[in-house]
Amino acid sequence: MFSEQMILVTLQGLGESLYMTLLSTLVAYIIGLPLGLILVVTDKNGIHPNAPVNQILGAIINILRSVPFLILLVAIIPFTRLIAGTSIGSTATVVPLVIAAAPFVARVVEGSIKEVDRGVIEASLSMGASTMQVVRKVLVPEAMPSLLTGLALSLTTILSYSAMAGFVAGGGLGAIAINYGYYRKETDIMLLMVVILVIIVQVFQGIGNWIARRADKRIH
Amino acid sequence: MPNTDQTPIIQIKGLNKTFKSDASAVVALDDINIDIMHGEIFGVIGLSGAGKSTLVRCINLLERPTAGQVIFDGRDMTQLSAKELRRARQSIGMIFQGFNLLMQRNALDNICFPLELAGVSRKAAVKRAEELLETVGLSDKAKSYPSQLSGGQKQRIAIARALANNPKVLLCDEATSALDPTTTQSILALLKELNQKLGVTVVIITHEMKVIEQICSRVAIIAESRIVEMGMVEDVFRHPKTAAAKKLIYPMGQQVETFTGKGNFVRLVFNGDVTARPIVADMVLTCGAPVSIAFADTKEIDGMTYGQMILQMPDNPATYQRMLNYLDDEGIPYNEEGESYVQ
Repeated sequence: MFSEQMILVTLQGLGESLYMTLLSTLVAYIIGLPLGLILVVTDKNGIHPNAPVNQILGAIINILRSVPFLILLVAIIPFTRLIAGTSIGSTATVVPLVIAAAPFVARVVEGSIKEVDRGVIEASLSMGASTMQVVRKVLVPEAMPSLLTGLALSLTTILSYSAMAGFVAGGGLGAIAINYGYYRKETDIMLLMVVILVIIVQVFQGIGNWIARRADKRIH
Repeated sequence: MPNTDQTPIIQIKGLNKTFKSDASAVVALDDINIDIMHGEIFGVIGLSGAGKSTLVRCINLLERPTAGQVIFDGRDMTQLSAKELRRARQSIGMIFQGFNLLMQRNALDNICFPLELAGVSRKAAVKRAEELLETVGLSDKAKSYPSQLSGGQKQRIAIARALANNPKVLLCDEATSALDPTTTQSILALLKELNQKLGVTVVIITHEMKVIEQICSRVAIIAESRIVEMGMVEDVFRHPKTAAAKKLIYPMGQQVETFTGKGNFVRLVFNGDVTARPIVADMVLTCGAPVSIAFADTKEIDGMTYGQMILQMPDNPATYQRMLNYLDDEGIPYNEEGESYVQ
C-alpha cells in the first residue's frame, strides 16, 4: 500500500488539509473575532448595551450554527462557485468552512471575553476609557490566554470539518480517506488518514495550550 | 487638615438612584446631599447594602443618577457629553476593594495605562509611572505582574495608577476591606500622606469604623439609602443621634438579648465625657468589694471613652449604695437595671 505514489498522494492531502484549515481559520477569525466582541459589548450588561444588534446577531449566529456542515456544504454550492470560481478542490472548500466556522469562532471569542473581570472593566471606565479603548486595551489583552486556547479549539474543529468536505470532492486527507478507504475498500489507507488527522489535532492542541500558558501572566 | 479650604470640590445635590427591573424598582439612594471640600478626607460609612458603593459610583457616573446633580469642580457631571465625561473622569482617581489591576500587564504598565488612555507618549508615561512607583514605595516591583504581588502591594500599585493623571479627587471604594489590619494601617497612612503632600481630596467608602476614625476629618453615615448623620468625625462618633448611627458605633448595643441572673445589674454609660482610665478597678478598690462585668462594649476615641458596660454589683446593700455614690462622684451616668437587663 505504501507505494511511492501513495506517499505523494498523502503528502499532497496533508498539505491541502493544512491549507484549508489554516486559511479558513484565519478568515473565520477576521469575521468571528469582531462579531464575538460585538456580542459582549452590546450585551445588556456590556459596556455599550444595544439590544437590537445583540439579538439579531445572536439569532443569525444560532441559525448558522445549527445547520449541519454537510448540508451547508451542498446548499451553498452556487455561492461557493461565485466566490471561488469552482465548487471542487480545497480552495472551494474554504468558502463553506468559513461560513460554518465564523459563527463558531464568534461564540468561542464571546466566551473568552466574558471571562474578563467586571471590576477591571469598571476600573478602566473610571479612568476615562472609551468603548474602543476598553475593547483594544482591556478586553482583548486580558482575555488573550483564553483566546489562544479558543484558537486551538477552533483549529481542530475546522480541521475535522475540512475532512468532511472530502465527501463532496473537497480535497485533503478526508478526500483520500473516502476515495481510497470507503469507495475502494482500502481500510488501511482510511486508518492511516485518521491517524494523521489525530496527530495534527494533538499537535495543534498541544502548541495552542503551550502558547496560551506562556502568554498568561497570572500563573508565573 | 492643613490643605482644606472651605470651597466644595464635589457637591451632591438631591441625588436619587433607583434600580428598575421588570417587576420592581429598588431605591438605592434617596435624596442625598453632600458637599465635599477641597483637600479634605471625607468618609462615608454604612452597613452592606446601605447604598454607599452606589453613591461613590454616582460621583464619577459609573452609575448614572436617576435624579439630582453631581457637581465636580464647578461642572454638573450629569450634563456632560460622553467625551467630556471621559475627560472629567481622568481628574477623578478611583481605587477598589478588589484592586482591579490588569492581570496581563506588569506594575509599571498598569500605572502607564491611564496615561495611555489620556494620550500621553510612552516615554513620558514610563517616566511618570516610575515616579509614582517611588511615591508608593514599590520601585523594585516595576516588572512584577499583579499575581506576584501581595494584597497591600497591589493596592499600592492601584493607588499609583489612580494618581497617574494628577486627579483632584481620589475615590476609595472599600479599599482596605480585603486587607489585613497591618496592611490596612499602611495603606491608610499612605492615603493620608498623599492627601497632605499632593492636596488630593480623598473620599473613603467603608463599613469599618476604625478606617474613618483613623484618617477622616468628616463623615457621613448612610443607612437604608439615606444620609442619616453627617459632620466632624469626633462629633458624630461621640454623640450619635440616630438609631442607625448608634448601631454602627455600638454594634453590640443594639442586639436585643435579655440576661437574667442573681444580683443587681447596673448599666454604665460612657459618652466621651470622661478620659479613658480604670473606673471600675478604682471603684472596686475604693469600695472594697468585687463586681463582675456582665457585658462591655466600650472604645476609645481621641483618648475619651465611649460605649457601655453592665456590672453585676455586690448583694450587700451598703456596699452597693457606696458604689453608686462613687459613680455619682465620678460623673458617670448609670441605670439600675434590677435583676435582668437587655443588651
